[in-house]
Amino acid sequence: MAKSLFDKVWERHVVTDETPSNPSVLYIDLHLIHEVTSPQAFTELGTRGLLVRRPDRTLATIDHSTPTLIDADGHRPYVTAQAEKQVETLFENVEKHGIKIHGWDSPNRGIVHVMGPEVGATQPGMTIVCGDSHTSTHGAFGALAFGIGTTQVGHVLATQCLLMRKPKSMLIQVEGELQPGVTAKDVILAIIAKIGVGGGTGHVLEYRGQCFDDMSMDERMTVCNMSIEAGARAGMIAPDQTTVEYLRGREMVPEGDALDALAQEWLSLRSDPGCDFDSIVTMNAAEISPMVTYGTHPGMAMPITGIVPAAADEAEEKALEYMHLKADAPIAGTKVDRVFIGSCTNSRLDDLRAAAKIMRGKKVVADVTAIVVPGSEQVKLDAEAEGLHDVFTSAGAEWREPGCSMCIAMNGDKAAPGELVVSTSNRNFAGRQGPGARTVLASPETAAAAAVTGFITDPRTLETAA
Amino acid sequence: MSMKSLKIVTSKTLVLPAANIDTDQIIPARFLTVTTRDGLGKHAFNDWRYNDDGSETDHYLNSDEAKACEILVGGHNFGCGSSREHAPWSLTDYGVRVVISSEIADIFRTNAVKNGLLPIVIDKRAHQWLLDHPGEEITVDLENQEVRLPKNGGTFSFDVDAFSKHCLIEGVDEMGYLASQTNAIDAFEAKR
Repeated sequence: MAKSLFDKVWERHVVTDETPSNPSVLYIDLHLIHEVTSPQAFTELGTRGLLVRRPDRTLATIDHSTPTLIDADGHRPYVTAQAEKQVETLFENVEKHGIKIHGWDSPNRGIVHVMGPEVGATQPGMTIVCGDSHTSTHGAFGALAFGIGTTQVGHVLATQCLLMRKPKSMLIQVEGELQPGVTAKDVILAIIAKIGVGGGTGHVLEYRGQCFDDMSMDERMTVCNMSIEAGARAGMIAPDQTTVEYLRGREMVPEGDALDALAQEWLSLRSDPGCDFDSIVTMNAAEISPMVTYGTHPGMAMPITGIVPAAADEAEEKALEYMHLKADAPIAGTKVDRVFIGSCTNSRLDDLRAAAKIMRGKKVVADVTAIVVPGSEQVKLDAEAEGLHDVFTSAGAEWREPGCSMCIAMNGDKAAPGELVVSTSNRNFAGRQGPGARTVLASPETAAAAAVTGFITDPRTLETAA
Repeated sequence: MSMKSLKIVTSKTLVLPAANIDTDQIIPARFLTVTTRDGLGKHAFNDWRYNDDGSETDHYLNSDEAKACEILVGGHNFGCGSSREHAPWSLTDYGVRVVISSEIADIFRTNAVKNGLLPIVIDKRAHQWLLDHPGEEITVDLENQEVRLPKNGGTFSFDVDAFSKHCLIEGVDEMGYLASQTNAIDAFEAKR
């Protein structure tokens, strides 16, 4: 029977098959952990006297609660003592259980979904989990990758397995080429706007078509990252030569003949012609515009050139009220207070280059605060080697230390009540970036354009310096 | 971890009708720096319940009546967003034992059953009835997989994964079952 990419990866990891009374036992190749969703799981292990089954398949870093500033004395000021304790607790737990951590001294410390691919821990055909919903990011490599809760973090620590029934499958086919100035972020926002914020619930998505073939790995990660924002467990893209070239030379990837052999296997991980999907969505890449959100969930997204749609129900009415936006008015030209460029969605080198291209030779307008937060220490170093930090700082934007920062606003980086933030992150929920903060999700280009104009601005209308 | 057994719950309903109530509404991220799972009920729907100065708003969730409800009825796509298990931890600590909606997000649903919180996705008509009749006393019967509504609202069946049902009724968690699979896991690792 013809099988999908998802079927193939799933089947290779089934330890025991599901029955009417029991879910499958699914083997997990890579378990990424961070400070926020792991402490209670380690406590549970301790209570039960259990050990970590495969420390070698577990990899840790610190990102959510970590400060993005270093003071003059070299101290990193935590938002609270509790946040600091949470980070310390992870260091204690990984020490105790022999788990490798990309900590303060690692060149790869940073957002867990930036670190994993960067060190080559993320590889095609793997099952990857993490106590973080944006684990879907790793699906860009043709891995089956999804977020889990803390109880399941404990299950994987103890058994390297999860109990799970097989989700349904959905094909998202986007053919054709994107117009100039349209980005991966715009593609995924357009997909979520089309299928809805719950449209992917219970499904694993496969993204297929020229639109994705043409993308770099950084761009594919942006797409897969936001699969969860359509409610999907995971999103996958079949590995190709772009995938192999990205992984070549990375720390955890074999070299030479071993890589060639592995690459052959990776490239065979494709959906068979004629395989079944539970549902299929098709879109034309050429019809996608730069997108921004206008409400309080990522499905409320619209072309930046459009007018704010009328509220479809009471919840959308409340969302418009929260956002201080009026239906039937253009979204472009809306006053901006803050700009955030970062997060597991858009903090990789490609993203920073795109933002710098818009900001180069311009100034962040006086009443806008703009912060740029690279995804990892390595991204930071690479960006600095290219001089991108100079572009941002001479424009008047802040160049911060790596971390989740204002995407989740739990480390103290946040907006003030009522402020409008154009953000390259993934969630525009009410209060996500601070109580009362209003979030507009957009690409790095659109965020940079907002910083230098002070308004929601189509980046295609700005001249860029050579 | 042993959990409280859940077989039949009869309670008035706490209705939060908005669609897409996300995990940042259920518990904002700034309360996630904890290293334990206890006592999060005070932060359930924190930003709906408290003013900036920490005083309580007049939101229904602050009433004794709401706090006595064991059944929460949410709008469509309840629990979307993050994987934070702090969301079900805060709801159970607040006193909720059952969440009913016309759609519930995957990770929230998975996390809920692991904490003795029963997530029910119900027929749209029953969901509408529940939204239209806040505060009515209803019965959720897990053994028979039925929601029984008063005032000729009718009886509606719901689906529940057999294994989750077993765990909820017996008040046991999944770790025991997973640990019992050690031989199969060993064999799987050996043949790779």
